[in-house]
Amino acid sequence: MNGLTPGFADAGLTPGFADPVLDGQATFRAVLEAMSRPGRVQRAGSALRPPAPLNQAAAAVLLTLADADTGFAHDAGVAAEAWLRFHCGMPLVPGAQAAFVLATGTPPALASLAQGSEEEPQAGATLVLQVNALTEGTGWRLIGPGIETEHRLHVDGAPAGFVAAWAVNRASFPLGVDVVLCVGDRLAALPRTTMIAEG
Amino acid sequence: MSTTLEGYNFAYLDEATKRMIRRALLKAVAIPGHQIPFGAREMPLPYGWGTGGIQVTAAILGPTDTLKVIDQGADDTTNAISIRRFFTRVAGVATTEHTAEATVVQTRHRIPERLLREDQIIVYQVPQPEPLSRLEPRRTETKRLHALADYGLMHVRLYEDIARFGHIAKAYDYPVMVNGRYLMSPSPIPAFDNPKMHRMAALQLFGAGREKRIYAIPPYTDVRSLDFEDHPFRPIRAPHACALCASTDTYLDEVITDDAGGRLFVCSDTDHCAERQATAQEAAE
Repeated sequence: MNGLTPGFADAGLTPGFADPVLDGQATFRAVLEAMSRPGRVQRAGSALRPPAPLNQAAAAVLLTLADADTGFAHDAGVAAEAWLRFHCGMPLVPGAQAAFVLATGTPPALASLAQGSEEEPQAGATLVLQVNALTEGTGWRLIGPGIETEHRLHVDGAPAGFVAAWAVNRASFPLGVDVVLCVGDRLAALPRTTMIAEG
Repeated sequence: MSTTLEGYNFAYLDEATKRMIRRALLKAVAIPGHQIPFGAREMPLPYGWGTGGIQVTAAILGPTDTLKVIDQGADDTTNAISIRRFFTRVAGVATTEHTAEATVVQTRHRIPERLLREDQIIVYQVPQPEPLSRLEPRRTETKRLHALADYGLMHVRLYEDIARFGHIAKAYDYPVMVNGRYLMSPSPIPAFDNPKMHRMAALQLFGAGREKRIYAIPPYTDVRSLDFEDHPFRPIRAPHACALCASTDTYLDEVITDDAGGRLFVCSDTDHCAERQATAQEAAE
């Protein structure tokens, strides 16, 4: 058995994108904009009904970017796994080797994920991190490429010690992990170049 | 309205290829100036005609985009017209010749004179993405030099120009440091355009088809042209006014008009020049 059949039945398997080409394009542009302007909140996946605990934005990001070429690790449970693997067909790999890591609960330590190498820093992982709320204009002060002076972003549900772990991630540039923060149908990104200051 | 070609996916490339390019683009934005290998596809035009830029454009383009394509600043050259027509046929997108109306600008060898905005993306066609290629032909070695941020070779090359000619004799493809980390080829834009890359409001994406590399500069990112304290970088421009719009602060092309040494200088950015002429005419009436 390929492991997909039980999940298919359990989850009732809701559809992916209604229009995989154009919805994928719109989601990609949202992620590209988020990655280019860290801390600005974009919308993606409003029409999706992914199985819990997967939220719409995280589902949209993975439908858009993950496929058979991208190793995947997650903590989202059987139903979400079946849904994602049915729609994207990505292989499951250990967290340290994954190109995409989905965290719906407490995420693995940033330093435990793929960092890339000095010659190929692009092999660093993308962490899709589900949080409770994203609010622009308050909270963290973000500085770095893509930001004219500073962007402010309040992240409710960021894991404990994230800012300190992020400073370490930032310091190892060009190596490191990039993060896409997702809640509901909204997302924001933290590329590895972004500096976070609190308060 | 538009007659989109039957039998092709939206924007020509298949979805798996777009995903691969999109993943490369996102990592390129996260690591400004770093070249990322990608599996460039065969396109229905030869290498050197902008296959890298076209693939990047195809991966980002959506039905609501308005595309502008320029070749050496001009909207009306064969290459620019062909690429615009290509995307009209395979994606049904609107096209424009006006910089202000475009959401995506694909360019060969120029940056428009008009300042680009936050809601625009500029895609560069790149023939040789490796700034060190003329100095170190081995890819394995240049990768190592980028990893170590060892750019002494390029400084020596610029110094040799100063020793020989008294100035840095590089008028186009003038190397830049991106975000203080990676040495990057700006593609063969004139050195005159280099300052426009510095802290540009628009996202800048670069695609090299034959060399199979993608790189990017996020908005508001430091882009510094390499120079020396005693030989600061100077953008070069022909010391003339445009023969059509009288502009003295734009990049000019030299046009030979006869066999007797006749010549004139005109703006390379045709849209900007036409706009200035129209404004001048309105003012005169």
